[in-house]
Amino acid sequence: MKILVCIKQVPDTSDIRWTENNTICREGLESVTNPCDVYAVEEAVKLGGGAEVTALTMGPQQAETALRGAIAAGCGKGVLLSDRKFSGADTFATSRTISAAIKKHLNDFNLIICGQFASDGDTAQTGPEIAECLGIPQITYVKEIKNIEDGMITVKRELDEGIETVRAKLPALICMLKGDYEPARPLINDVMRAQNAEITVYSAEDLELRETGLKGSPTNVSKSFRMVTKHRPQILGSIEEVAEKIKEFNV
Amino acid sequence: MSEGILLYAEVNKSGYVQPVFFELACAAQGLSGKLNEPVCALIICAAGYTETVKEGFEKCGFDKVYAVEDERLAEYNTDLYAKAAVDLIKEIEPSIILIGATNQGRDLAPRIASTLKTGLTADCTDLDINENGQLAATRPTFGGKLMATILCKTYPQMASVRPKVFKPLKEDVIKNTEIIYKKPDIDGIEKCVELLSFIKSVHDSVNELEYAQVVVAGGAGMKTANGFEMLEKLAELLNGKVGATRAAADMGIAARDKQIGQTGLTVSPKLYIACGISGSVQHIVGMCDSDKIIAINNDPDAPIFETCDIGYVGDVFEVVPALIKHCYP
Repeated sequence: MKILVCIKQVPDTSDIRWTENNTICREGLESVTNPCDVYAVEEAVKLGGGAEVTALTMGPQQAETALRGAIAAGCGKGVLLSDRKFSGADTFATSRTISAAIKKHLNDFNLIICGQFASDGDTAQTGPEIAECLGIPQITYVKEIKNIEDGMITVKRELDEGIETVRAKLPALICMLKGDYEPARPLINDVMRAQNAEITVYSAEDLELRETGLKGSPTNVSKSFRMVTKHRPQILGSIEEVAEKIKEFNV
Repeated sequence: MSEGILLYAEVNKSGYVQPVFFELACAAQGLSGKLNEPVCALIICAAGYTETVKEGFEKCGFDKVYAVEDERLAEYNTDLYAKAAVDLIKEIEPSIILIGATNQGRDLAPRIASTLKTGLTADCTDLDINENGQLAATRPTFGGKLMATILCKTYPQMASVRPKVFKPLKEDVIKNTEIIYKKPDIDGIEKCVELLSFIKSVHDSVNELEYAQVVVAGGAGMKTANGFEMLEKLAELLNGKVGATRAAADMGIAARDKQIGQTGLTVSPKLYIACGISGSVQHIVGMCDSDKIIAINNDPDAPIFETCDIGYVGDVFEVVPALIKHCYP
């Protein structure tokens, strides 16, 4: 089983800055591996048995920290897609860049695992867009991988309406939700090994990509602003007044 | 030339058109007025199904509904539905496509957008037309901390829309809807993912909470399950339902299916009474569209007091029983 696991380094959401172009200023932010992706890595390692699992990410140089985390968790190697030209990418451009890297350098895979959504953007789009670009089936909202047998994967999907069990032909792409378990803490030896592991880096030129990043994105952020709600708080001094308001609002 | 707004009418697993579709209809009405372009719907379903829900389309005032019907489309499948949708979109060339941001919508929409090589804005909470006639789609990012307005330079401009943000049409706009039937071109399409089993969620009360007119919600400040019983009483008197924060569900004092917020339900009742809720951003995004919010908390610095209409600083264990008495002596 050769598995690619696509992960994303996300900023700590309590400290956000934006560039002049209204894209996120990612440099200098505290970063973590996206929570869903941590489970994607766990599941990939459980299935693939280490050496066969490659962690892949797109981001600035500092995103290699996320790859080292994935290697410490058991992935065999890490691939970083990094280039100034990739910045400002929307989900479409991101999926095209990742797909280009997979087609060109990592095409020998049975399964791709992504996180269902990223905690920063929460679009849940990049996984399905990669699957479409590679022409392989997708399964979203995967809670549990049941088994892989005879070139087929069986998974449990957790949906608002209920639980589905579905089977797909490999190669396929699945999007993992967060699991109900605590991810394993890597051993110190694994962390040391990950620190010294070689990370393969590909640039836009390596991938022969012209239209990429903001330029290759059909969408762009035209403005961003702090959320304001329509509610104008008024603090009342007595319970009677609150009771009157309940009656007034509940007609 | 791209023209017209196309709404995706999702048929859910219970065999109904998803409520979010009727919310899309309302959102599209405003856009249609500004663009002076018609609104039409797309439904993908089993043969004969569209006729059974025609009245719903007529009440939304649609001129045209494109119905792609086939027995092989009786249940949702990413590959077959994406092919059916893409073929229809290529034929009618709409300028805007709106899809409900449900599980199915968020599975299908990116597959369509990627095939059409166009942009898709996820999980929007506001839609407008800018001065250049483009769709300006606004969505929360970073766990709801920031709102981003996103433009799309390719056509069709696609957006998935968060359920329960737009209200369904207030009044019926009855029109004689023309249903245009289409046969899908799916003969050679491999159904790559096969459904083996489906267990329907047993939480029927979830929907009642989502569409309740009054929600009485409790947070960690309710301390015990007994605290929630008190809220049940108040909710019952107000003809409402009880909701909870993630913290309360994590503590085990409220059922998980009552959880409201980023990782739970989104509600927008007429009246939301927040009891013992501090008001984390994750909770706020699930309830801030409520018409009126009343917050009761013993901590005057609790963030919930920034997102409410009426606030009262006090102990919920004194205030809630007193409210029950005052409202219903």
